[in-house]
Amino acid sequence: MNDVPLLVYLGIGLFMFVTGAVGVVVRRNPVVVFMCIELMLNAVNLTFLAFARYAPSPLVADKQPTWMAGQMAVIFVMAVAAAEVAVGLGIIMAIFRLKNKVDLDELSSMRG
Amino acid sequence: MRLNPLHTPPSIDWMVVSPVLAVSVGGVLALLLAMFRPKADNTAVIWTSLLALFGAGYALVAQLPLPEASTFGDMVYRDRLGLIAQLLIVISTAVVILFSEQYLRARRIPFSEFYPLALWSSAGAMMMVSTKSLLMVFIGLEVLSIALYVMAGMAKQSNRSEESAIKYFLLGSFASAWLLLGIAYIFGTTGTLNIEAIAGAAVSDNALVRGPLLFGFSLLLIGLLFKAALAPFHQWTPDVYQGAPINVTAFMATVSKAAAVVTLLRVLNHALPLKDFFIPALTVVAMLTMIVGNIAALAQTDVKRLMGYSSIANAGYLLVAILAHVKSPDQVPVTTTLFFLVAYAATTLGLFAILTLAAKDGKEETSFADLNGLYHREPILAVCLAILSFSLIGVPPLAGFLGKFLIFQDAIVAEQLPLAVVLAITSVISIGYYLKVVRATWVDEPQGEISTRSVLPGGAKFAALACTGIVVLLMILQTPVSKFISGSGQPSAPLSASANAQPDR
Repeated sequence: MNDVPLLVYLGIGLFMFVTGAVGVVVRRNPVVVFMCIELMLNAVNLTFLAFARYAPSPLVADKQPTWMAGQMAVIFVMAVAAAEVAVGLGIIMAIFRLKNKVDLDELSSMRG
Repeated sequence: MRLNPLHTPPSIDWMVVSPVLAVSVGGVLALLLAMFRPKADNTAVIWTSLLALFGAGYALVAQLPLPEASTFGDMVYRDRLGLIAQLLIVISTAVVILFSEQYLRARRIPFSEFYPLALWSSAGAMMMVSTKSLLMVFIGLEVLSIALYVMAGMAKQSNRSEESAIKYFLLGSFASAWLLLGIAYIFGTTGTLNIEAIAGAAVSDNALVRGPLLFGFSLLLIGLLFKAALAPFHQWTPDVYQGAPINVTAFMATVSKAAAVVTLLRVLNHALPLKDFFIPALTVVAMLTMIVGNIAALAQTDVKRLMGYSSIANAGYLLVAILAHVKSPDQVPVTTTLFFLVAYAATTLGLFAILTLAAKDGKEETSFADLNGLYHREPILAVCLAILSFSLIGVPPLAGFLGKFLIFQDAIVAEQLPLAVVLAITSVISIGYYLKVVRATWVDEPQGEISTRSVLPGGAKFAALACTGIVVLLMILQTPVSKFISGSGQPSAPLSASANAQPDR
């Protein structure tokens, strides 16, 4: 399985991350924006896993027992993302109840 | 199945985690209690929350003389910087809770869930400042933020509150994704999530290590700059501050900012070999923040929004203090940053406590015109508001002056003259908008009839008076407070020594 070099995984991770970041900037529906943020978090998860799996990576010479922390981090990130989904959808629901639509461009009652 | 005898579970030092435990368990208890409370009576919930915060404060003070320690596999760390920051967070949360209840009732959003959420949020902030593990920094940041997103949108009937919640939520999670990618790359180059390893990897000659490390470190900094509301990552601040309920804004301006600034300080302290890389970049950020925050504040007509820009400007001053410390860690103590944070927190909390009187019959108006005639209604509070505004400007005998003066001195000692000059000039500019607040309370007469009835309830009045007292007395108490923060008669020897401890890896 180590035939695939680490850099490929890092590249895919960065590609996913940039795709998500661009999506956050260009999309106007908060649900889609939020999906893009989830994509960014998944990209980070892939990066963490790749680093942990390829230990010792070509980047660091010595192998340390702490490499396992990368896999542990992924679990934590997934838990945090789940909590964010719950709160985020709740906020979007609250806005929908108030205005009957959700569009980020129309959320600009404050200026200055 | 027999367990390997070598795998004995590590012993856990519960003392180190007791403050965070007290606050988060207190939040759970408060939430349970809310289910059994008499209809819409939050008294028991409030007292449980305050008791939990008091317990945490006691545990923190009791740990002050103890040596540095870590537990849970190095994920929780105790040192003086962390203890003082946690103490500041706990006290700020308690003050916010003090003036929340009557305000929430006046806004017609008397949800008891506010108190557990505030406790959990401050537990997240406490985790952030008491760790050397980057993963814990991320988790603490998210625990802090997720509860704050809910609190910002607490006024369900208010367009502005919901708008502020969704903006804060989307931009906050966007920023933490960048922070997380940074942590992943730092992990990839150091092989551990411990902050201390950054310095070791930074001195490596291997370009394959240095490049990704710098990439990861920059992204980590961006995440923290966003949280501390430093330009150019500050755009969310005015909207979120203006839209959120006042007590939540006060919480953001103090607890959230203190956590981000102290974490930034800790991260930079452990990355001193990267000094040449981040000091120039952050110098630009600090200047930009001070200029943008102060100039944009001049045009504001809403006090809450003005306080948002004021908090940006103050974040800039704090960054100057941090930069002076990391530029010459031996001459400039870390005490200044914490001292300014204390002064800033006292001033801001007092101001927001007074502002809560803007809420009436479920609405809230915080434009300058709504402050007119305050001295007829509440002469003492009008004096307090003036004192607090003068402290934010930096008028000599007050806490704000002392904080700015110490930062100015540090910047000179650390030979960062440009920063010191910008600090002085922007402080002069800030007179323009803080005086508008004073003018609105004392000079401009209200349009309608003047109500002479006292409107501010006891809790808020107490909070406002206590904060004003601290602001006035901090000058006299400078030496004992500095000694308390630094932990000795010597200006901050143990604190800066521990904060600069070089990694053994």
